[in-house]
Amino acid sequence: MEKSEIIVVSKGRAEKGHYVTPFLKGLGYTLGNFFRKPVTIQYPDEKTERSARWRGLHRLNVDEKGDLKCVACGLCAAICPSHAITLVPYEEEGKTRYPVKFEVDELRCVFCGFCQEACPKGAISLTEVYDYVDYSRKDFLFDIEILKTTGRSRI
Amino acid sequence: MNDLFIIPVIKLLVVFGVCLTIIAYITWLERKALGHFQLRYGPMRVGWHGLLQPIADGVKNIFKEEVVPENADRAVFVMAPVISISVAVILLALIPFGDAITIFGKKINLYLSNPSIGILFILGFATIGSYGTILGGWSSGNKYGYMGGLRASAMIISYELSMAFAVISIIMVSGSFSLVDMVAAQHNLWNIVREPVAFFVFFISGIAELNRIPFDMPEAESELCCGYNIEYSSMKFALFFLAEYTHLFVFASLVTTLFLGGWHGPFLPGVVWFFLKTFIIIFICIWVRATIPRLRYDKVMKLEWKFLLPVAIANVIATGVVMILLG
Repeated sequence: MEKSEIIVVSKGRAEKGHYVTPFLKGLGYTLGNFFRKPVTIQYPDEKTERSARWRGLHRLNVDEKGDLKCVACGLCAAICPSHAITLVPYEEEGKTRYPVKFEVDELRCVFCGFCQEACPKGAISLTEVYDYVDYSRKDFLFDIEILKTTGRSRI
Repeated sequence: MNDLFIIPVIKLLVVFGVCLTIIAYITWLERKALGHFQLRYGPMRVGWHGLLQPIADGVKNIFKEEVVPENADRAVFVMAPVISISVAVILLALIPFGDAITIFGKKINLYLSNPSIGILFILGFATIGSYGTILGGWSSGNKYGYMGGLRASAMIISYELSMAFAVISIIMVSGSFSLVDMVAAQHNLWNIVREPVAFFVFFISGIAELNRIPFDMPEAESELCCGYNIEYSSMKFALFFLAEYTHLFVFASLVTTLFLGGWHGPFLPGVVWFFLKTFIIIFICIWVRATIPRLRYDKVMKLEWKFLLPVAIANVIATGVVMILLG
């Protein structure tokens, strides 16, 4: 029989007792771990850092006079991929257009940031807030009052 | 008459109080050390760095609901953890914790009893302790528990053999069965230097006897869903758990007494050296647990019958030959 006709089934199988060295190396590695600082972050006492562009909860921006910058153009509602924004505009003769109802369903939102990119006035932006909790799904429909005060406590 | 009872009773209370507290805090040490080996913290919330965690576990176990499954053999189901814990705690009585001390002019030995068959008593009772595991697994009425109990029984009776042969070589070297005499015979040279092979065999067999990783087939958490203690809740489970850690503490004390010179040491008092050495051995057991994956069941049997037992028997024969040659 040619050597090429022989089928080698268990090639490179460890010899007897060849687990002792890897075992000792493993012990050394674990002991090294013992003297390193753990990688756990103790939430809520310590929090991870987020960059300035991190996309979190929405905020409706106001100008110097205290009015909403939003002109209810509807671009954010049109571009939102999950249809999370509901917008009802109101316009009076000679005055700026403004939204009568602006509601963001935070549970539908995927935090893509398209509304922030699409807005021509810079009226909506995504902040760093992520830890908002509530008891029922209805409470996650954030309206204008809540969205104006994102990041500040609303007691 | 008063002397006969008061001192042993006080010693009993002190030993049991101290040892049971230490055993409860070995559970804390295990969780913290395992965490740090795995680059995480252990318990951090309950008290400073989790120091009140054993107390919290005890309170939780007291208030939990006791469940006895319908298929279970009720009497045996309740008796099994009782056997486990009572036998484990009895073994604490024979360990020599330190040199004899004098309080108020009376010489007090730091062990509760010193029968002339010391080490034989310990080995025998440790085997009876395995009854708790086996009966617990069988009486659960659950196939997982049954398999766990079967594997535990086969493993424990196999590893008893190599453990006994390692101990036999130490008995030959020390000349006596009693633990106090064994410690006394090591006052100028520790037995680990005289009998390194026996130390190696004893250590591995002991970890297997304790059903710890890498030999924890009987209570494999992911494979057998906790094996023999699957149907146990609250206090009965806590008793099994405490019995395992008591056996760990007794095993570490035995390694210290038989191989590492007991309470002998240069400057510090004997008790301090004893506990220091015991804690080093416990730390090594936890370190091994953090490192090695579980051995497959047939590999466990193969390791014992094809490797450890022949090595232990050869060690006994070699010790005998050397002792005869050296006179």
